Amino acid sequence: MTSDPILDVQGLSLRYPGAAEPAVRGVSFTLGRERLGIVGESGSGKSTVGRAIMKLLPDAEMSAERMRFEGVDLLRASEAQMLKLRGARMSMILQDPKYSLNPIRRCGDQVAEAYRTHVRCSKRAAHDKAVAMLAAVQIRDPERVYGLYPHEVSGGMGQRIMIAMMLLTDPDLVIADEPTSALDVTVRLQVLKILDDLVKERGIGLIMISHDLNLVRNFCDRVLIMYAGRVVETLDARDLDRATHPYTRGLLAAQPRIGGPRAPLPVLQRDPSWTMEAPA
Amino acid sequence: MKPLRIEKMSIRFGAVTILPEVSFEVAPGECFGLVGESGSGKSTVLRCASMLLGTWSGDAKVGDRSVREMDLMERCRTLQMVFQDPYGSLHPRHSVRTTLSEPLKIHRLGDTEERLAQAMRDVGLPVDFLDRYPHQLSGGQRQRVAIARALILEPEVLLLDEPTSALDVSVQAEILNLLVRLREEKGFTCVMVSHDLAVIDHMCERFAVMKAGDIVEVLPREAILDGSARHPYAQELIAASLAYEGAA
Repeated sequence: MTSDPILDVQGLSLRYPGAAEPAVRGVSFTLGRERLGIVGESGSGKSTVGRAIMKLLPDAEMSAERMRFEGVDLLRASEAQMLKLRGARMSMILQDPKYSLNPIRRCGDQVAEAYRTHVRCSKRAAHDKAVAMLAAVQIRDPERVYGLYPHEVSGGMGQRIMIAMMLLTDPDLVIADEPTSALDVTVRLQVLKILDDLVKERGIGLIMISHDLNLVRNFCDRVLIMYAGRVVETLDARDLDRATHPYTRGLLAAQPRIGGPRAPLPVLQRDPSWTMEAPA
Repeated sequence: MKPLRIEKMSIRFGAVTILPEVSFEVAPGECFGLVGESGSGKSTVLRCASMLLGTWSGDAKVGDRSVREMDLMERCRTLQMVFQDPYGSLHPRHSVRTTLSEPLKIHRLGDTEERLAQAMRDVGLPVDFLDRYPHQLSGGQRQRVAIARALILEPEVLLLDEPTSALDVSVQAEILNLLVRLREEKGFTCVMVSHDLAVIDHMCERFAVMKAGDIVEVLPREAILDGSARHPYAQELIAASLAYEGAA
């Protein structure tokens, strides 16, 4: 682990208004210049953790012992401070470009806007920056794509545009919330590769939120496994097959594999004690 | 058990041709897979074969009988479909009992109570769940109800349109196991659309790779690993899926 973490979260808990149970309970982790995967099933609180870090859940009851991002105390940060951080030093890639891009504005203008919001520059300079970034995410004809509307681009292209938008300001932390679940498998790998290369090249800390164990195995250094709002296990991605927690092992076993034996898949037996356990 | 034959199925929406001409054959009792990228027409094939879309040309035959010759009643007893999203495919204000008893009423089948209970047992749900509403069920339980609804008329052919892609892996495993078991017990012919080759490999003997409305290649499941796919897109899809799995 690096000596000065980008993000340091200790004992993060969060409850949505009106909910009986907290969605996240006592989650702790630190993130250096690495790729951290957060996996779990729907409802395990993985996306909530991502949103809580960005402070995008103003109505929820949030508490933590510590939540620091590069010397900024996120717990005490005002909304004005957060506005300066979000999109500039920490950014978020969402699941489906169809819903996360503004449908009535040109893709390129949206990318350029992300830049002009945080950096004072001329429209021309922002335009050039955006085109260069679109080229960096391997869009072949960036000038043409700049002028397209979101409905005119494919899912894979849309997701690359979103990556371009989020990386343009050179953030230190990128949270990718299911960045490729809406994409076809052939496109998925390309998009992940692009994201991976940029993250490595620029030394960005990446949090990859996903339900997909194969994805985190291939594209993360470390993995947190969440169940019912808790981190039940933390592992190096390459040791995923040697997971010890029954939940992680159950998830791995339940996944059909190409060339597998076609025997009935082992079904996950949930144990109530998993929700009691102290985080590993 | 009857075979399903799709012959020169073709459909256009306005100026756009969705399926130029699709033909394939599914043996009696076989589970046949359809894979391909989004927009390649996989689901459209199922929607045409089940006559949810009527404006296509060509033919779909179950045994020797064309789906076009069947009236609605016969068609429903022959072909049934399970949809992708268990949250969207059950009526939110109908209890499970209403959902499952409707087809029995329409088709004037007796022993309603016994059939309902049997349908629930078949899909592994407690019989007292009959009086629950969809919002009181989890995603996996809803998909079980959708499967029970599809099978209650004992169809010859079951069409599965991405039946597990909205579910978590742990729940997916339960549903896949259920489908395998039911196919062994009841012996229906099955067409399964999926974008996940691992699921296809688990369920199907053969599968067709679709691209832009065409079937580019029909392959046995062994072809995923032995590299015998010939068409460049089929090779690309298989390579990407294997790479994604971490080539375990």
